Amino acid sequence: MYEFTYHRPATVDEAIALLKSADDGKLLAGGHTLLPTMKQRLASPSDLIDLGGALATGIDVSNGCVTIGAGTCHADVATSSDVANAIPALAKLASMIGDPHVRNKGTIGGSIANNDPAADYPAACLGLGATIVTSAREIEADDFFTGMFDTALGDDEVITSVRFPVPAKAGYSKFPNPASRYAMVGVFVSSAKGGIRVAVTGAGPCVFRQGDMEAALEGDFASSAIAGVTQADGDLNSDIHASAEYRAHLVGVMARRAVDQATG
Amino acid sequence: MTDTGIGARVRRKEDKRFITGHGNYTDDINLARQTYAYFLRSPHAHATINSIDTAEAAKAPGVLGIFTGDDLAADSIGGLICGWLIHSKDGSPMNAGGHPALAQGKVRYVGNEVAVIVAETHAQAKSAAELVDVDYSVHDAAVDTGSAQASGAPQVHEEAPNNTVYEFGLGDEAATNAAFEGAAHVTELDIVNNRLIPNAMEPRAAIGAFDQGTDAYTLYTTSQNPHVARLVLSAFIGVAPEHKLRVVAPDVGGGFGSKIFIYAEETVCVWASKKIGRPIKWVAERSESFQCDAHGRDHVTNAKMALDKDGTMLGLRVKTIANMGAYLSTFSSAVPTYLYTTLLSGQYNIPAIYAEVDAVFTNTAPVDAYRGAGRPEACYVIERIVETAAREMGLDPADLRRKNFVTEFPHVTPVIMTYDAGDYHASIDKACEMIDYSGFGKRKAASEAAGKLRGLGFSAYIEACGIAPSAAVGSLGAGVGLWESAEVRVNPTGNVEVLTGSHSHGQGHETTFAQLVSDKLGIPVDQVEIVHGDTDKVQFGMGTYGSRSGAVGMSAVYQACDKVVAKAQKVAAHVMEAAEGDIEFKDGSFSVAGTDKSMAFGEVALTAYVAHNIPEGMEPGLKEGAFFDPSNFTFPAGCHICEVEVDPDTGVTQVVDWVAVDDFGTVINPMIVEGQVHGGIAQGVGQALTEGAVYDTESGQLLTGSYMDYCMPRAVDLPELRLAFTETTCPSNPLGIKGCGEAGAIAAPAALMNAVTDALGVADMPMPASPQNVWAALQGAKQAAE
Amino acid sequence: MPSVSMKVNGSEVSADVDARTLLVEYLRSDLGLTGTHVGCDTSQCGACVVHVDGKAVKSCTLLAVQAEGAEVTTIEGMAANGDLHPMQEAFREHHGLQCGFCTPGMIMAATDMVARHGKDLDEATIRRELEGNLCRCTGYHNIVKAIAAAAKAMG
Repeated sequence: MYEFTYHRPATVDEAIALLKSADDGKLLAGGHTLLPTMKQRLASPSDLIDLGGALATGIDVSNGCVTIGAGTCHADVATSSDVANAIPALAKLASMIGDPHVRNKGTIGGSIANNDPAADYPAACLGLGATIVTSAREIEADDFFTGMFDTALGDDEVITSVRFPVPAKAGYSKFPNPASRYAMVGVFVSSAKGGIRVAVTGAGPCVFRQGDMEAALEGDFASSAIAGVTQADGDLNSDIHASAEYRAHLVGVMARRAVDQATG
Repeated sequence: MTDTGIGARVRRKEDKRFITGHGNYTDDINLARQTYAYFLRSPHAHATINSIDTAEAAKAPGVLGIFTGDDLAADSIGGLICGWLIHSKDGSPMNAGGHPALAQGKVRYVGNEVAVIVAETHAQAKSAAELVDVDYSVHDAAVDTGSAQASGAPQVHEEAPNNTVYEFGLGDEAATNAAFEGAAHVTELDIVNNRLIPNAMEPRAAIGAFDQGTDAYTLYTTSQNPHVARLVLSAFIGVAPEHKLRVVAPDVGGGFGSKIFIYAEETVCVWASKKIGRPIKWVAERSESFQCDAHGRDHVTNAKMALDKDGTMLGLRVKTIANMGAYLSTFSSAVPTYLYTTLLSGQYNIPAIYAEVDAVFTNTAPVDAYRGAGRPEACYVIERIVETAAREMGLDPADLRRKNFVTEFPHVTPVIMTYDAGDYHASIDKACEMIDYSGFGKRKAASEAAGKLRGLGFSAYIEACGIAPSAAVGSLGAGVGLWESAEVRVNPTGNVEVLTGSHSHGQGHETTFAQLVSDKLGIPVDQVEIVHGDTDKVQFGMGTYGSRSGAVGMSAVYQACDKVVAKAQKVAAHVMEAAEGDIEFKDGSFSVAGTDKSMAFGEVALTAYVAHNIPEGMEPGLKEGAFFDPSNFTFPAGCHICEVEVDPDTGVTQVVDWVAVDDFGTVINPMIVEGQVHGGIAQGVGQALTEGAVYDTESGQLLTGSYMDYCMPRAVDLPELRLAFTETTCPSNPLGIKGCGEAGAIAAPAALMNAVTDALGVADMPMPASPQNVWAALQGAKQAAE
Repeated sequence: MPSVSMKVNGSEVSADVDARTLLVEYLRSDLGLTGTHVGCDTSQCGACVVHVDGKAVKSCTLLAVQAEGAEVTTIEGMAANGDLHPMQEAFREHHGLQCGFCTPGMIMAATDMVARHGKDLDEATIRRELEGNLCRCTGYHNIVKAIAAAAKAMG
């Protein structure tokens, strides 16, 4: 790691002020992406602003929404009975991130802000039509994930919570990368008043909605309805673990399994 | 047998320190005034070094010294060596090429050591390394094993035209050709034995320290064989004279072969500690382990088996290209030759075998022995081709094996091994019974009903262990003898220290060696201390690899114990005024036959040291040493059967059952032996199911350079393993031990791939049976059917 | 240099540290608690697992300063008054270790696992829960057995 100045602000406002005054400041949440990156010397912030004491943690279920404080770790979401009752697929998704020790530190805010193309939470946000609440505004998930490791967040903007509307049904099926356990393909499906959502992570450069599947599920929310829907492989990732063709195939399999889970 | 003697499931003596956090690994050791080394490594697979400018880096904070290959050359430090000289079929010696510890003139793989930066802290050394300016001219790289010898391929070493290290042959070519003529059936397979990265959980580490007062060096290092390291560092590399170099291998966190070898890093740390005048520590980051630990396997093979119409094997022909990487590592040349071709007969009576092996240089990390070393590759060839032959001929794979098993011993194979003892029918019969072979059809149908493809695979493996008879390996080109030594020091109070040249890095020697001594001397295991891993304490030893510690290392202890008892018997006879022939030694007590006179072992020991009343002319004390050199290799063998279920939608393979029936000869501690089998199987399952080193074939960059991309087997990848033992005694050592350390890794890949190909209904597919590879194989089969 | 204070194995400790210092480096270098190991640089192998405020975390992926005010337990703190923790005892009894390098992390992960799942841990759950801990020696077979047995003993 290169040298940096460490800060531990008590509030989000303080964190933003520090971020503004820093040469090249970075926010530290759970640190499970940023610290390994810094250890490999692939990131070298001048200032590290630890949000550990500033971010809200906790889960609230009210008004048809599950709202999760940005500093809430994956383990807390995975084991929350409130989440399990309201959106079981969301608890399940959280239980599949990383490993038990990672889940004790990694946070929902950090995961979403980083927008790793193979992260799980972006699939839940997009698949449920979540609202990302920041220090400055509210951003719909559809507008938030703008590209690989890229989001709509401004330079001095901090995610404070994420609000998930409770759907009628939802499911998440993940095919983990055999080595890293990130999603090689993960598909989150939901059926709610607002319509059907099918969000795919891991397969492409950024989480995306699978429109053909959403259309097919609109009339009949059953896995059989998407049995014939194929995912084009043109824009999908290809690496030593999975060709684009194989990933495209897995999108179909995971989508059907997610629907079965949602309806099962 | 005492309750802590041979055959007892004694709980391990070494565990207490490991489960309480008090192990003492190399990185746990910190010396006064210690400095830190960071190695600047080549980012290119193949390049000429035009210049290295260290001026800026030398000025960086904390930097104490920066050294390059020129500095090593100026001090006449020799290159790293390969200790086994292989000759080609035409009689010419292998083409080695130099291997300087820090590159001189050229770099030949990504990770090749270019310079070392020594600083007050590791972070300072690493930061300074970024300021070293190396001007490279980058060349095309030879990466792929199969095409390394092609004309026009980039040349790794001038000394090795066409990147060919040697063209080795073993067996009778004419007889083998004759066997194929007129054979009713020939089965042919093209096989790739995938390249593996060892991944002992403790990364390699070294601390070099020079003592100005005595002109002596100490090296703490993660070694499986500290004496061999000292010998190589002194006699060949020339860092220090042997008597001025102490090598300590303290607790070592797994080796699996990768810590046998003498690497650049420890060489440089020892040498530079005198130049810096302070101790120098280096600990590998895991990414360095991936890049620079010697890798394993990496064979490309064509194999053909000839059979007559009823399935009797007639001949086997094998042509292998073995990737050696960029330099010949310590034992590398022996692996695809005398550790591979010599086992191609498997458990079978094959009248004619001819094997050819071309070893090739590529711009990849050096390849050397990795758990099993050559024998997993041999087992994979023979067991895959036998299984395939059975399928092609419509024969039951178990029956085809039984029909061809060697049943009479000694059996001389066409590839120079003399199998001394075994019962191959016993192991396959037992394994079939354990897995309920006849019930497989029902299980397959049940899987099918659940949408899964089920397969079953055999692996009737044999290996040559207990490495090795010194004269035999010497005649085959080994640079050293492979005996082992031991010293049994009885203290005046009757407890015992055993000094052994074997090294324990997970094998539990502190327990099993103590069990042997307990058995031999009739004293409890807690009265026995096993001392190993320090050249200042143990006089000499060849170390631990090749499943040799039991068969060879313990045999030396056995002999030393016999000598102790013989002397003690004389003392006891003298004190009790009896004839030596009348003294009986049992359960730790010397007694005079037919009387009630007896002396406890401790009393005799005290008498020998007090020396007031010992036989005239006898030297005082009770300490004996022994060197044991076996008369033959040992031949552990057995049969593994596994069952897999494949999800055809995703390509995911789950191992659902595994039975292993092994014949290791005498078993000292079944608990520990079972643990060795479990771990071996897991590594074999790793090779066949999850692992594989991948280089970019153009750039030579390692694409599987961390656990993010190199898939280690995890707990979920393995089923509960069901083990049983059969036993035929090994005649070539006094304990009858065959060795158990590598069996699982040797047997498992073939069993698993036989099961996967059975499930998929395909002739072959590459390892690992990763979801993508399985899915691709299924797609291929589907297309072929259409 | 920032200062950091925490309670490690029941003892209050504090120091001025380079902000870059990882918790594992602080434990190993500053406190001499070398039972916690480093086996990788990508937060995957689990050799460095310790408990921070009662939860298993990877101490290679946490700055020492992030543990300000925390209660940290390492493998050295598991045996109370010389009596082995039931999990330590079970690893020994069931031969759940060979080279010993992954063992401290395994034991810390395992006790956390039992704390979350209770005494009736089944084999499948144990295997799944070991996702963040690599072992190269044992094939996990006896580790799984040890954890199941310890869970019962701890229940």
